[in-house]
Order: sequence, then structure tokens, then C-alpha cells
Amino acid sequence: MHEVDMTRCLLLSLEEWKQEHHPHVPCVQTVHLQVGTFTCVEPAALVFTYGAAVQGSWLDGSELRIETVPLRARCLACGSDYSPEPAVAYQSPCCHHPMEEILSGRELRIRSIDYTSPAVPADRVSILSA
Amino acid sequence: MHMPLEDTLGRNLLAANQHRADHNRAHFDAWKLLCLNVMSSPGAGKTSLLERTITALSPELAMAVLEGDMTTELDAERLAAVGVPVVPITTGRACHLDAAMVSGGLTLLQQQLDPAALDLLWVENVGNLVCPAEFEVGEHLKVALLSVTEGDDKPLKYPVMFREADCVLITKIDLLPYVPVDVSRIEAHVRAVNPRAEVFRVSAGTGQGMGEWHRWLLATVREHAACQPPALVNA
Repeated sequence: MHEVDMTRCLLLSLEEWKQEHHPHVPCVQTVHLQVGTFTCVEPAALVFTYGAAVQGSWLDGSELRIETVPLRARCLACGSDYSPEPAVAYQSPCCHHPMEEILSGRELRIRSIDYTSPAVPADRVSILSA
Repeated sequence: MHMPLEDTLGRNLLAANQHRADHNRAHFDAWKLLCLNVMSSPGAGKTSLLERTITALSPELAMAVLEGDMTTELDAERLAAVGVPVVPITTGRACHLDAAMVSGGLTLLQQQLDPAALDLLWVENVGNLVCPAEFEVGEHLKVALLSVTEGDDKPLKYPVMFREADCVLITKIDLLPYVPVDVSRIEAHVRAVNPRAEVFRVSAGTGQGMGEWHRWLLATVREHAACQPPALVNA
């Protein structure tokens, strides 16, 4: 179950974020991820292992929310966008061109983190990327 | 206290691994060597391929191997027998190598030799078609193997691995008379997910097709070396 290692790596990435920006430990409520369907990550398994891995750590009590991003590709023969059929067909249905350009579906991204900073405990700060 | 927007924008879930991988690659570039990450399911023939290829190319290239294995050092012993420096990396529970493990392997390798004397560093990953595709170790190129006995549907079932590969080797082609598989279908499925990969049909057992793969590899190593900036000379 490689989601255990994925989670370990996510925690290291969050640890880096904490150390870069915070002299104090932020109180994280929610970590929002974007996970593409054309990755090796099973979202449900990641949520499960995250819940177990954060127990007793500075992220204890935080929640992992995953937005799934579908696989979309562009046919380079005619320029139209299409949804490949996972494990069945990846070439374009229009021209049978191989899956050359992927538009979305490879995301493994920390999109935003909802947290409160100990410096301003009254505020709940939400950081959203564009 | 507000964090600037770009702080989290696009930060990869695997950013921590990526930073370590970039660090490894910076070392490879300083040493002017090409690093290949070799991946496949268990038993597709990674070690056999390396035995044959290293034997064939050792007159022309200085090589070493970082050998990932879950529990044993059997593969490392096989490769050491062909006369190449090998550092075994036992991953234990983990089903892939990550950049930190490879970094540890590099430290051990440096105790054996000066990596700047190498042309090519092989990283033989743990046998697995799933997660090694997502964990970069600092390699310049990914090589994926698929043996003909695994069936022609594997590029469709494990598409991320074959999409990420720069080179795909269809192995054990000497067994084609004995297995109900159409090698051109394997190749077509690889091309459907990754039209840019170099694809070779090889048999490490009989040597069939190995010459073409070796010529491509030699050209790739030389091209890579030529693209590296000249060494900084200390005043």
C-alpha cells in the first residue's frame, strides 16, 4: 500500500511548509489536495492513512480533503479535447491519435491549507490558490 | 497573519521528495554522469538486462549500480559478479526507492569510488509497476521494462509508468514462440499512452535486439556528456 509512503511524503512536505513560514506551530484544520485520476494515488486510501499518520503530531485533528481531477487530453491531430477511458483506450476517439498532450489528471497538489496562526488566534486564515 | 498566495500554490504533494531528487540530480550533473532509473514489475528481467548490458558496455563506459531490493541483496551480488561497483539499498517495507534512499546510496558509493569518474549510474528500482513511477530519485531518464509473458494489456493497466518512461524495453522476446501474445499489440499500447518513448524489443537471454538498445544507450550517454557545461576550475 504505497499510500502510506505517499502520506509520509505529504507530511514531510507539510513539515517543510511549517518550517519555512512559521516560528510557531500553526493549527491546521484542513489540507486541501488536488489528485488527478492519472496518478498512482487512491484518494480513499490516502485519507485513511493520513488520519492514522497524524495522530499525536502537530497535524492531529486536521482533515484531508481531496478534490479529484479527471484525466483530459488534447488530440494533436485535430485539436479537440477528450476524456481517455482509463485502462481501455487512451488514444483520441476522433482521430485515434496517441495520448500526447495531457491537459489534466496528473495533479498531486496541495491546493490550500486552512489554519489558524498562534500569533492571531482569533482569526481563521484560509489560504486559497488561484 | 496572512501567507502570500504563492506559498501553497502548486506545491506538490511529493515536494519533499522532489527537493531531495533535485539535490541528487545536481550532484549527478556536477559529476557529469547520466543517471537512469530502471523500473518494471518483479521478474521482468531488470537484473538480467543490467548483467548483459553492463558486460557489453564496460569496455566503453565506466558504470556503477545502486540496487534497490525489498529484503535481500541477491540482485546486488549478481551484478557485483559482472565486475561493476554496486551499492545495495534494502528498502524493507517500502515498495519503491525514494530520493532520500538514493541519496544514502550515493554516500556509500562515494566511499568506494569517485563518482566523477563514472559515465553512467544505474538505479535499479524495486520491482513494482505502480509507485516507482511517482517517486523521482534524481534520474535524468526513466527506463521501463515489460516482459512479453506479462501480457499486452499492462501498458493500459499501469499507464502512469509507461507514460513517464523515456525508454521502454519489451523483454524476453525469445519466449514469443511459446506465449500467446502479440508483441506489436504491446508496442501499440505503449505508444497509445506515450508516443514519445523509445521502444526496443530485446532478449537479455539470447542477446536478440540488445545491439540496438546498446547503440541508443551509448549515444544517449555521449549526448548527455556533451551537453554538460565544462567543469569549473578552481583558481
